[in-house]
Amino acid sequence: MKILVCMKHVPDMESKFKISTDGRWYDDGDLAWRINEYDEYAVEQAVRLKEQLGDSDITVLSIGPERVKEAMKKALAMGCDRGVHVVDDRPSDRDAMAIATIIAAFARGRNFDCIFTGMQSQDRGSGQVGLLVGEMLGLPAVSTIVDFSCIGEHNYTIKRELEGGVRAVVEVRGPALFTCQLGLNTPRYPTLPNIMKAKKKELLTVPVAELAGGGNLQDTVRLFFPEKKGGGMLLEGEVPQLADKLIAILKEKTTVLA
Amino acid sequence: MNMLLVAEYRQGKVLGNFHELLAFAAQLQGQPSLFVVGDVNAPPAFPGRVYIADVTTYKEYDPSSHKKLLLEAVRREQAEMVVFAHSSYGWDLAPRLAMALGAAQISEVTAVIDGDCVVPACNSKLRRRVKSLSAITVVTLQSGAFSAQAAQTGTPAVIPLEIDEAGPYTFKGYEIATAGGVDLGKAAVIVSAGRGIGKPENVALVAELAKTLKGEYGASRPVVDAQWVEHHRQVGTTGQTVAPKLYMACGISGAIQHLAGMKKSEFVVAVNTDKDAPIGEIADVMVIADLKQFLPVLTEKLRMV
Repeated sequence: MKILVCMKHVPDMESKFKISTDGRWYDDGDLAWRINEYDEYAVEQAVRLKEQLGDSDITVLSIGPERVKEAMKKALAMGCDRGVHVVDDRPSDRDAMAIATIIAAFARGRNFDCIFTGMQSQDRGSGQVGLLVGEMLGLPAVSTIVDFSCIGEHNYTIKRELEGGVRAVVEVRGPALFTCQLGLNTPRYPTLPNIMKAKKKELLTVPVAELAGGGNLQDTVRLFFPEKKGGGMLLEGEVPQLADKLIAILKEKTTVLA
Repeated sequence: MNMLLVAEYRQGKVLGNFHELLAFAAQLQGQPSLFVVGDVNAPPAFPGRVYIADVTTYKEYDPSSHKKLLLEAVRREQAEMVVFAHSSYGWDLAPRLAMALGAAQISEVTAVIDGDCVVPACNSKLRRRVKSLSAITVVTLQSGAFSAQAAQTGTPAVIPLEIDEAGPYTFKGYEIATAGGVDLGKAAVIVSAGRGIGKPENVALVAELAKTLKGEYGASRPVVDAQWVEHHRQVGTTGQTVAPKLYMACGISGAIQHLAGMKKSEFVVAVNTDKDAPIGEIADVMVIADLKQFLPVLTEKLRMV
């Protein structure tokens, strides 16, 4: 089976964000980068599928500047067979449709049997790219999956997460695309031998111009911090004093210590 | 502007969240019509046009036929905007429709400024103002961002929709999570653990504090998914909705799904090392500290109160 995983490199969300000078995205500097959390579930699910079926081949694709290679090496160490780095210095300038166009252009004609993406990125969070790729390739696509089983070679039973603890059970036949939600699996840590092996795996480079097409359908006017709603009190300092202050506040403002 | 609002139908009922879509349409001074794949004989009360396709034919989940039915409604209505809730139904269907219409899709809209949409970015730490460049725009609205309009009255003008379709999806039904032993809704105090607790051993710190405050402990989703805390203690969209006298969020960044489950709490204390965590937007008090050091000290001092 030929498997494709799509992966985005995103900043750690605990980072201190600064707005970029053009005001339309965050500044790239001084950030710790990692694999988009949802995409890590996608990588893990691809590797599990390969372990189940044997005789499979996993390509992991990422769009971005040079640094995304670091994330791809981790995916290779987790068990992907080959990396495809689509070199693009400013992927944040592209909307979801433009990003999906690039991925679909790569996948077209390569006959992937199964494609995994995260359900959304942690930074842009549109939740569209995976589904758009599915539509562009004419594949059935199931979003927000929290349970995945492959029966035989191409039959999938999927559980989608809905609201309020409800899951929808859906069956599709491959080739198909799945977008992965938190709770689908627990991604493995790469082992040292696998990290060493990953260094020898193929990492192809494709200039984005070879795959991109069409313009954006939407434009970011600006990125900004939400206004802090007044009222919230910030307590900082040494732990024992913080505890005393908080207890005093709870006594004054609530009835729970009465 | 003609707006087509997409209502959702689940387990035999039209969900109430289309009233939020109506509020959004009113804010934009649009002319709303409704679309639903539901019961043709029981249309929702609404004083306008309602496009209905039969749920027994097209099922509660079949994005391929629902997309085609929607395309038909958009064409007949000459809609310039299609509005979904940002829900498991909306975010699944909206991109497919946008693709077919060559339309921009703007996800999880929280507000509108001068005709542009505002959406969250970076785990709600930031906001992004977005302009659509296409003739038709598809949007999904963040749950709760637009206050629901009152229940509608009036008899709708029902327009039945049909298409020929045998899509690739087979919807088999629902699985409902079994209710657990703890009803967090009854607790006056809830102390919740988030990803910031770091490792499963630290759940005890949160549980201890909850016990000292004569309350219950809860958790945010990542902690439940990691199986450090049982699912029936989860607070948020996919868990329980609570409104205690005191809610303490320990190491919880404040994803919208979590906030939706606890924002009605009377008093909210957040303990976090990240001053900019979105939980700060609704916390009455934000304690900037490492919870592994802070919680044991707080628990000890509370025992002496």
